[in-house]
Amino acid sequence: MAGTALRRRLTWQVATVAAVAEETASVRTIALDLPDWPGHLAGQHLDVRLTAEDGYRAERSYSIASAPGEAPAITVERLDDGEVSPYLTEELRRGDEIEVRGPIGGYFVWESANDSSPLLLVAGGSGIVPLRSILRHRDCSGSSLPARLLYSARSIADVIYRAELDDQGDGVTVIYTLTREQPPGWTGHSGRVDDALLAEVAWPARRQPLAFACGPTPFVETVAAGLVRLGYPPAAVKTERFGATGGH
Amino acid sequence: MSRITRGFHGRRREPAGAEGRVPPGQYLTDDFPVLSAGPTPHTPLDRWTFSIRQDGATARSWSWEEMRALPAETVTADIHCVTRWSKLDTRWQAVSVDTLLDQVDHDASFVLAFCDGGYTTNLPLEAVTGGRAWLAYEYDGEPLEPEHGGPARLLVPRLYFWKSAKWVRGLELLDADEPGFWETYGYHNYGDPWREQRYAGD
Amino acid sequence: MELDGNAIAGLLNDVFSTEMTTAVGTCAACGAISQVAECVVYLNAPGTVVRCRNCLGTLMVITQIRSMNCVDLRGLAWLEARQDA
Repeated sequence: MAGTALRRRLTWQVATVAAVAEETASVRTIALDLPDWPGHLAGQHLDVRLTAEDGYRAERSYSIASAPGEAPAITVERLDDGEVSPYLTEELRRGDEIEVRGPIGGYFVWESANDSSPLLLVAGGSGIVPLRSILRHRDCSGSSLPARLLYSARSIADVIYRAELDDQGDGVTVIYTLTREQPPGWTGHSGRVDDALLAEVAWPARRQPLAFACGPTPFVETVAAGLVRLGYPPAAVKTERFGATGGH
Repeated sequence: MSRITRGFHGRRREPAGAEGRVPPGQYLTDDFPVLSAGPTPHTPLDRWTFSIRQDGATARSWSWEEMRALPAETVTADIHCVTRWSKLDTRWQAVSVDTLLDQVDHDASFVLAFCDGGYTTNLPLEAVTGGRAWLAYEYDGEPLEPEHGGPARLLVPRLYFWKSAKWVRGLELLDADEPGFWETYGYHNYGDPWREQRYAGD
Repeated sequence: MELDGNAIAGLLNDVFSTEMTTAVGTCAACGAISQVAECVVYLNAPGTVVRCRNCLGTLMVITQIRSMNCVDLRGLAWLEARQDA
């Protein structure tokens, strides 16, 4: 059913905020109640539209954090100079209504039924959101495909979904790299993702893996180029670049 | 009709003390948004030139040193983007376009500004003469950053800011108006923010 | 702000009434073939500009003029949307 959703013309619908959960000091997950939600695929996103009393409108896109079969939820990071994210992460409350359009996207998706490739997920900051949907889908669908997640965050406090990621089963390996500060006694990686770290963490190309890289544009470019240098065919590296889209 | 979102105000702030300075449909901003249709060019100064072209040929051209040797002035202006933000009292160091056009013998009625990266925008001659337009190379006391159009951009504060072409490399003198990049895609040929001329036909 | 075709999935759905990020386009300037999701996208200018990742030539320009979508696809020699249900 979600597949047929790709050929629909999407319209704006009113969603009610069902719950909010603080993931980190600046990141919040917002669960939505949408009566006509057609279901979604792991990796898709939805557009949010806010309208002020004088008619001023702002629109943003957010990746869906929940798995197919779960109610839609988005995870939003508050940007200090943002226009929409401070509202969504601080002001918005349960019972509020916002307009959404979705699910959107047919490229950056993973369907457990359609794939037998070992998964490599590489997240930069809030790029973890669609990849978490993929991991939840893998889990919910009972898949035993081996998966590796390389997650780059500024510090351990900035890791989103930490408890869930630390509790993955045997088939999923989670590797963090903390770029700005590390906790005392940290034995994990530090510094930005580079060719050396990719070589250490990525599935060898001969295993014919499928990679998903999501995060800020420079991060995704570094990862995609690095994986291609490791022998990944470009078609096996799916990319989604995030950025502040408010023009500011 | 879209649903009003409780408690959402957006970024705008009321123009208190700025009455009469903010055109219709605009809001004030304190930052300086970067909008672009393509990658930021990075032309080295030793290869940069500014040219006035006419009848398919270069009528006059200046190197960076030659341009910097021309009389320049500090310009303080309010700027208005068609995407609805306005910024007051922006400060530039710039050469008046009059200084440049005075060195060419012409009877053109229109100009088409052309830029690194292929961007163009059209203007009537009156919009870029009589002290209404500049070639700006410094913003707020510093060399103009590439993301804001450096090394030099056109500055035409009386029109929507898409006319203040970033990475400008010259003006083509024309007898007839020829729409530039955004004008081709439905934006207004003239672009007066005070008459809210955003789109063709406004 | 430089992103990719994923960022305009909603806009393209609005224009074409179907999912377009997996549509395959051929650049009229250099012949490179890629999915729209992989193209370079510049947002929030007065309009949206989609560029070829290989040569950075303009593939599509989309502006919203008085609530109407205006689309220029002249930079594409070919654009094919997936037909699978």
